[in-house]
Amino acid sequence: MDAAPHALRIQSTGVRSAPPVGSASKRPHVTIRGLSKRFDKAVIYDNFDLDIPRGELISVFGPNGCGKSTLINMIAGLIPPDAGEILFDGMRLAEIKFGYVFQNYREALFPWMRAFDNIAYPLKMMKVEKAQRRARTERLVARLGIKLDLNLYPYQMSGGQQQLVSIMRALVVEPEILFLDEPFSALDYEMTLFMREQLQKLFLESGTTMVLVSHDLEEAVYLADRVLLLSRHPAQVADFTLVGVARPRTDATLSDPEFVRLKAHCLDVFQREVRRT
Amino acid sequence: MKSNRFEGLLPLVGVAGLLLVWFVVTWQQWVDPVLLPSPMATFRALWIGMNGGVLGFDFVKTIYRTATSTLIAAVIAIPLGIVLGSSEKLYRSLEFVIDFFRSTPASAMFPLFLVLFGVGDETKISVAAFGAILVILFNVAYGVMNARKTRLLAAKVMGASRLRVLFDVMLLESLPQTFVGLRNGVSLALVIIVVAEMFIGSQDGLGHSVFEAQQLFEMPRMYAAIFAAGALGYGLNLLFLVIERRYVHWTGK
Repeated sequence: MDAAPHALRIQSTGVRSAPPVGSASKRPHVTIRGLSKRFDKAVIYDNFDLDIPRGELISVFGPNGCGKSTLINMIAGLIPPDAGEILFDGMRLAEIKFGYVFQNYREALFPWMRAFDNIAYPLKMMKVEKAQRRARTERLVARLGIKLDLNLYPYQMSGGQQQLVSIMRALVVEPEILFLDEPFSALDYEMTLFMREQLQKLFLESGTTMVLVSHDLEEAVYLADRVLLLSRHPAQVADFTLVGVARPRTDATLSDPEFVRLKAHCLDVFQREVRRT
Repeated sequence: MKSNRFEGLLPLVGVAGLLLVWFVVTWQQWVDPVLLPSPMATFRALWIGMNGGVLGFDFVKTIYRTATSTLIAAVIAIPLGIVLGSSEKLYRSLEFVIDFFRSTPASAMFPLFLVLFGVGDETKISVAAFGAILVILFNVAYGVMNARKTRLLAAKVMGASRLRVLFDVMLLESLPQTFVGLRNGVSLALVIIVVAEMFIGSQDGLGHSVFEAQQLFEMPRMYAAIFAAGALGYGLNLLFLVIERRYVHWTGK
């Protein structure tokens, strides 16, 4: 493989790409250097570098099996990398607060706890006092303005409501970074549209750095500040497309010329990567 | 719509049908009345026996033995099952032994336990507990092993320690399967206790009651004791179902 420039510098035409990311205003939040991972014979990542900017929502998109989920799972410590370093403002994962939202909310929530206690559970792990846990959870609910009956058990809620509870559970610790692994792909289309709005609201409200894996290009572009397009494995950054469309984005955004152009651009890059053998 | 009101009564149809057939058969004397007494004679014997009669005493004895053996089995098997289920290597190394003894009829263990504990209650209770332990153990371990991986990961990601994951997630995840084990365990314990009461020098209990009535040719009393045993088995199963519904409300959800 090409030794000299690392993946970050592979740039694409037309759209401004990063990194090095917005070096003037923002320090990178997450720095990934020399990341390598293989499953049996398949090399998923080989000396992969990436900077994730602070306070942005990054969508990860790429061909099937290219390692989108593997990437966030390695960043979030669910899968150990074979080699490489991942730092958050120079700190290790164990030193920071983070949240993770699974695709399968049904299996990620605890069915023996009411929604409220599910949301408060991470605080218990942080050894927060019971009264404090209650107060902080209530504060989060109030701040997000989500109208849900949190006295219900997860199995009494719709899929979208359960995933909202999952997201709130991830947010309650006031994470510095939030990982979402295809959070809406188990939901029907109507619910997906609603959840996109909810997530955008939560993002604007909290300003937390978010890394979202998506298998839906429209969703990836719609939600993102930047779309991280990965190549087939061993995955490289095919493009890191800046999505400069104003927020809050709405249904009208979907027909906004700039949005359409960016989506077409991402599709081009994606197709190019898919066709590459 | 109209049928809905009566749907709850459907289980009674089978009961009524059975009683009707029984009544007709005995009324027409199609079967020797010595072998099959009338429903009335049987229920009279059941009523008299359970109201201050010997049958009531035997009933309580059998409940005591079954409950004691199930309790002993649960106290031993649940913690063991959790330990076993949380370590795949440990489970693998003991799987064959457990499966082997689980497949061994517990009744084959009577002579051995007689040697160990003599002819008293200890033998009956310990054989029944032995049978129930293996059933419960297997189910608990299975429940722990099959805890949803995502749920374990979710707990881990939220910073739960291994011990926390065990108590907050694995234990609760295994509860539905634990109850399957408890229901099967108590049923097996009852079977073993009743058999033991028949043949292992017993002076009381439902098994003894059935056996003694048969020996004395008191057929209504024998049928009454059989019904009492049936009611007990059904009741124990129902009891565990009710407890499960109450405390393990997420089962199958």
